[in-house]
Amino acid sequence: MNDVLNLVLAAVILGLAAWTIVAREAYAAVVGFIAYGLLLTLVWVQLHGVDVALTEAAIGGGLTGALLIGAAARLRSTEARARAERPGQATRWLAAAFSAAVTGALAVVVLLLPVPAPTLAPEVVAHIAVTGVGNPITAVLLAFRAMDTLLEAIVLLFALIGVWSLAPDRAWGGRPGLLQPVDPNGMLAYAARVLPPIGIVAGAYIFWVGADHPGGKFQGATLLAAMWLLVMMAGLADAPPTSRAWLRWLLVAGPLAFIGIGVVGAVHAGAFLAYPEGFAKPLILVIEFALMPTLTLILGLMLLGAPRRGETS
Amino acid sequence: MSAILDGFTVVAVMTGAVFFLAGTVGLLRFPDSLSRLHALSKADNLGLGLVMLGLLPHVDSVAGGLKLVCIWLLVLLSGSTASQLIARTLQRGGSQS
Amino acid sequence: MPEFLLGSAAFILGMVALGLVRILRGPTDADRMMATQLLGTGGIAAVLLLGAATGAAATVDVALTLALLAAFASFAFMKARPAQAEAAADDHP
Repeated sequence: MNDVLNLVLAAVILGLAAWTIVAREAYAAVVGFIAYGLLLTLVWVQLHGVDVALTEAAIGGGLTGALLIGAAARLRSTEARARAERPGQATRWLAAAFSAAVTGALAVVVLLLPVPAPTLAPEVVAHIAVTGVGNPITAVLLAFRAMDTLLEAIVLLFALIGVWSLAPDRAWGGRPGLLQPVDPNGMLAYAARVLPPIGIVAGAYIFWVGADHPGGKFQGATLLAAMWLLVMMAGLADAPPTSRAWLRWLLVAGPLAFIGIGVVGAVHAGAFLAYPEGFAKPLILVIEFALMPTLTLILGLMLLGAPRRGETS
Repeated sequence: MSAILDGFTVVAVMTGAVFFLAGTVGLLRFPDSLSRLHALSKADNLGLGLVMLGLLPHVDSVAGGLKLVCIWLLVLLSGSTASQLIARTLQRGGSQS
Repeated sequence: MPEFLLGSAAFILGMVALGLVRILRGPTDADRMMATQLLGTGGIAAVLLLGAATGAAATVDVALTLALLAAFASFAFMKARPAQAEAAADDHP
């Protein structure tokens, strides 16, 4: 029965992927992509990667979808022109051959993987008691490989700065996105009043439960960012100007706290981001609490886009 | 006792699956978008509710059961709001193909 | 019991697939918005059944996240639609 389920799942996902590529307009393709992301969540659950499933549902389904939908909306006026320029036969055959070659190479690699795959999981489980957390994924992300998480947070910050750099000169430091029309009795305003409290509780819960069960700061921050975006989409709150000091301080607070703790570790425990004996759990908590607002702001602001209005509009 | 609970689960989940089937049949056969939306939102949400009901005997604790019920209520709330908005968009008819 | 739950999950997934075929073919964008509704209910039902079949309690959290984010995605679709005026404004800063 498990095999039947996996076959159905694989067939649906492959069909969706093919449709997304073949779809004529960007909007349709994005809908297909979001459906694909949401179904990929099921694949991760089947592969017993519940943390990854959470991240896929949050980022792959919701946020990336909203990002692409915004992009598709902006590109609508140029779509006819883009579709008119079709590449020649030779180019398309070459592209198909190249894609098939890459797929074949990937398939060969996957099939040739050693069967008891080399893994560090037993090592992690043996040493997890030192970190004070129960979820091995959180232990790896925030204790054994904390350096990678720090670099990811900084990369996200750079990505946000990259998005901001697209602002026209007169709007630099201003508010991102256009002012949304408010219909205070409308359905969207109703949803934006009722759902965010639930979403915030869910986000805080998933953040907190990540210590011992699947979850963590990234999925929690995505939920919080989605709720914030919902409130802004309904026009109930306006996007903050990107020149505000509190905004910029909150954005760097996470990575700064992380680096600070790393330096403390270098001084007291012998290596950057090493945790002194007995202090692992509190330090991990400090890092997570510092990174939550940073991640929420980064994800929300990235979706809003580059500043397009002056500060006072 | 566990046999009764298992039987209840089987009946509830199967009824839920039947409602999903009904929703999909409606989706495939109804003539216009609004009635398709109607079939989709009503039947599928009821199917989800029945599936959730069937899974209640298998939860670890009362809190787990409450979580399941809350998820269903959340889906109902957000689903009804989203369906309303979709219906208005469909009714206005102003969409590009 | 796990076999039965997995089987129902596979069945519901099949229904979602059939529904997707119809929805994605829909002639207008508004029809395609219904995809989030379909996945928001069918997908969550499948996740809950899978979680119950394997006994992993954490999959309920996945269902919770799916519910919230599917709703968010449908609202984002709604917002992106009357975007022709916005896009035109973009071309002439």
